[in-house]
Amino acid sequence: MTAATRSLRRWGIIHKWTSLICTVFMLLLCITGLPLIFHEEIDDVLHSSVKAAEVPPGTPPANLDRLLGNAMANAPGKVPHFLIWDRDDPSAMFVSVGPTITSDPSKNTLIRMDLHTGAFLDAPDVTARFTYIMLKLHTDMFAGLPGKLFLGLMGILFCVAIISGIVVYAPSMRKLRFGTYRARRTRVVRWLDIHNLAGILLVAWTLVVGFTGVINTWADLVLKMWQFGQLAEMTAQYRDRSVPEKLTPLNGAVDVAANAVPGMTPSFVAFPGTLFSSKSHYAVFLRGETPLTSRLLKPALIDAETGKLTDARDMPWYVSTLFISQPLHFGDYGGMPLKIIWAVLDVLTIVILWTGVYLWLRRRKSGVSVERSIANSSAVENAALEAS
Amino acid sequence: MNSRAAHRSLTQIFGVPLLVAILSGVGLVSALVGDGWWDAMSWSALGIPALLYFVFIWRRSPR
Repeated sequence: MTAATRSLRRWGIIHKWTSLICTVFMLLLCITGLPLIFHEEIDDVLHSSVKAAEVPPGTPPANLDRLLGNAMANAPGKVPHFLIWDRDDPSAMFVSVGPTITSDPSKNTLIRMDLHTGAFLDAPDVTARFTYIMLKLHTDMFAGLPGKLFLGLMGILFCVAIISGIVVYAPSMRKLRFGTYRARRTRVVRWLDIHNLAGILLVAWTLVVGFTGVINTWADLVLKMWQFGQLAEMTAQYRDRSVPEKLTPLNGAVDVAANAVPGMTPSFVAFPGTLFSSKSHYAVFLRGETPLTSRLLKPALIDAETGKLTDARDMPWYVSTLFISQPLHFGDYGGMPLKIIWAVLDVLTIVILWTGVYLWLRRRKSGVSVERSIANSSAVENAALEAS
Repeated sequence: MNSRAAHRSLTQIFGVPLLVAILSGVGLVSALVGDGWWDAMSWSALGIPALLYFVFIWRRSPR
């Protein structure tokens, strides 16, 4: 056996095992990911929501303190954690509330408010929704951080499977023209051609969506790093200060932040004492206007006692990486046509996974190992012909 | 396809895949850069791998 053949066999073993281990989970991720591409559209069809008032263009937004007051009147016994501008509906906002300021924000409930009138719209229970169940299955399989990190590990195996797949594609195609589909041959040959063709065509997309998915599983850790890194630095001089008795008006704090960072608009506000802020600051997160810069948030910390700006900084590279990896994973940054392309490529990925499992099962049955068939490409066909 | 054809070189094997991968990359990035034409560029570039798949499978399928 030559060194090249030995090396190819090794790549074949890597491709086989990384694929086999992650396939079941990748199938789950592809199937649950498909409806998630269209989660807004699905929610619109399945759940009615109160529409915000129609206002003439140029109508100024409501005073945020009044809006917040109206929201809290509809959430007795709760405290506000975050104020969020709706990305998809420019005339609505959300107030995210929890039982106490230190309670787990992932258990928060959302109150939808009218941005222009400041009136209460509705407070939907999203946890019963089809899209929420898909999202939980997709992100952590209802197993919290361990589930998330586990799926991240499966994503890494998926990426290794893709890269080793590129290597073993070469011997498989040694005698075949690009795009060969031997339609009149047995199923194992046809499915091998489908696996090779779809696999190699989708290499860039599957690698990007796979790897950005892995990065997304680290979101909680990235947040912790930011809290103990940049956020701690920015608020170091306030560390020993207690929570302000009375908070300065929210509307003024947001104005100060928006004026401090020209060209950016507020995306969400974290209240003092929450995960994204210090005990004595409003953290106003601002975003840019292009598809890219609208994902890159910039925090401006406003002293909640004096209403003055403490500091505004760009977020560190590891947070920016997370922010950029989100649209690249979700496919929600190029309108409906991009979503449809995302869905088609997702279905083709399912085809790659499915044909891959089938090929492994057939070769096992016919006694030709994947490694051998890769090292000697014609063995696959011969075995297939003998078996059928 | 003639299966007795001479072995193909790596350039022949990976030429088209490399081009498709570069186009996919352009498609993935362009919609991030801007809207309008940038989006249209993204749709056409990322649509190519999907389109090629169906072209190759349908063209060679027995009717």
